[in-house]
Amino acid sequence: MIPAPFDYVRAGSLDDAVALLAEHGEDAKLIAGGHSLLPMMKLRLAFPTVLIDIRKVPDAAYIRVDGDVVAIGALTRHCDLVASDLLRAEAPLIATAAGFVGDPQIRHRGTLGGSLSHADPAADLPTAVLASDAVLVALGPDGRREILVTDFFLGYFETALAPGEVLAEIRIPRTGPNGYHYEKFVRRANDWAIVAVAVVAGRVALANMAATPFRAAATEAALAAGASAAEAAALAAEGTQPIQDMHADQEYRQHLARVLTRRSLEAAGIA
Amino acid sequence: MRLSITVNGQAHTDDVEPRMLLAHYLRDVCGLKGTNIGCDTTSCGACTVHVDGESVKSCTVLAVQADGAEVTTVEGLAATRPGPDGMHPVQAAFRAEHGLQCGFCTPGMVMATAGLLAENPKPTEREVREALEGNLCRCTGYHNIVRAALTAAESMAASE
Repeated sequence: MIPAPFDYVRAGSLDDAVALLAEHGEDAKLIAGGHSLLPMMKLRLAFPTVLIDIRKVPDAAYIRVDGDVVAIGALTRHCDLVASDLLRAEAPLIATAAGFVGDPQIRHRGTLGGSLSHADPAADLPTAVLASDAVLVALGPDGRREILVTDFFLGYFETALAPGEVLAEIRIPRTGPNGYHYEKFVRRANDWAIVAVAVVAGRVALANMAATPFRAAATEAALAAGASAAEAAALAAEGTQPIQDMHADQEYRQHLARVLTRRSLEAAGIA
Repeated sequence: MRLSITVNGQAHTDDVEPRMLLAHYLRDVCGLKGTNIGCDTTSCGACTVHVDGESVKSCTVLAVQADGAEVTTVEGLAATRPGPDGMHPVQAAFRAEHGLQCGFCTPGMVMATAGLLAENPKPTEREVREALEGNLCRCTGYHNIVRAALTAAESMAASE
């Protein structure tokens, strides 16, 4: 399969990417690793007329401590998240979840910013970033703005990024090395989650239980009120509207959400 | 669009369409048919090559995105570390351990294994199985492939 024809330009910086987006309009798409976009283009689910390549933009792939947060450049690849000792020490949920994305070849190409901008509700990193209460920094024609991750995911493959904006940085609160877990239930190796659970600092996010990554608010409220892991996990499916497909119906996914949440809370050291 | 790329140590400059995938560039422009295209959807790993030393699935990389890169395909792997029989130690181990039957997945398996050993020279069996998660084989049941990877790790360590 070969994508439909398109023009290809390379951005020299993120500011340049913003200018190119303004110049080429809504039929232009940014490409970094391309591991979500290119398959969609090959399958004719997407046909941008211009691809703006930001993969090699300088100073956009980094992991560093900045006060109370770990600041991650949007172009940081999954393999670099997995391999980062700093991230393992300061925000290990992100490093752990990154290791569940696809396979080594995919992790050599895919980027954190790309995964978040693509906003697949079944994906690992959006779920982990949602559980982390991160702040996302977008760059647009009017400069930088911060978006709370809880306001970022709007629907299937839909985010709060405006058409002319680029995701520049992901700011993850430092949690230290403990109190987290990522649990993913898959039908086969190298697949998206049927359901996955991310736990950190008493917050719980679920993958593939709604049109967006989903915060299990009832579980979090129960934990805050002193409930046990089992009691809180029993509420994990409240408010969820998972898809039904050939792999799992709604009831089964909701059952999985409760079971995997209990396991995750226990693994995170919440009794 | 002008593409300058090094493939198996040889510099190439070609005009390509932006939509040309790296797998097609390697096969149809460079004539290197060792890189197989299997699923064409980033699942099977048959098209795995190294770009700047890292394993990638070349069916999901635009050739123009590899501009300026050094690409190694299965045809060029042995030259990076030739053993006494002229093969790369991973290739020799796949032969010795019967790590293939029909052979279609083998170029990708060999490149993924060589990529793993470059990043993790002494993997455990579990690490090998996880590292080859993105490569599908429909013949062998994987056991001999995993054995080949572990054998290659040993022989490479021994010849350091």
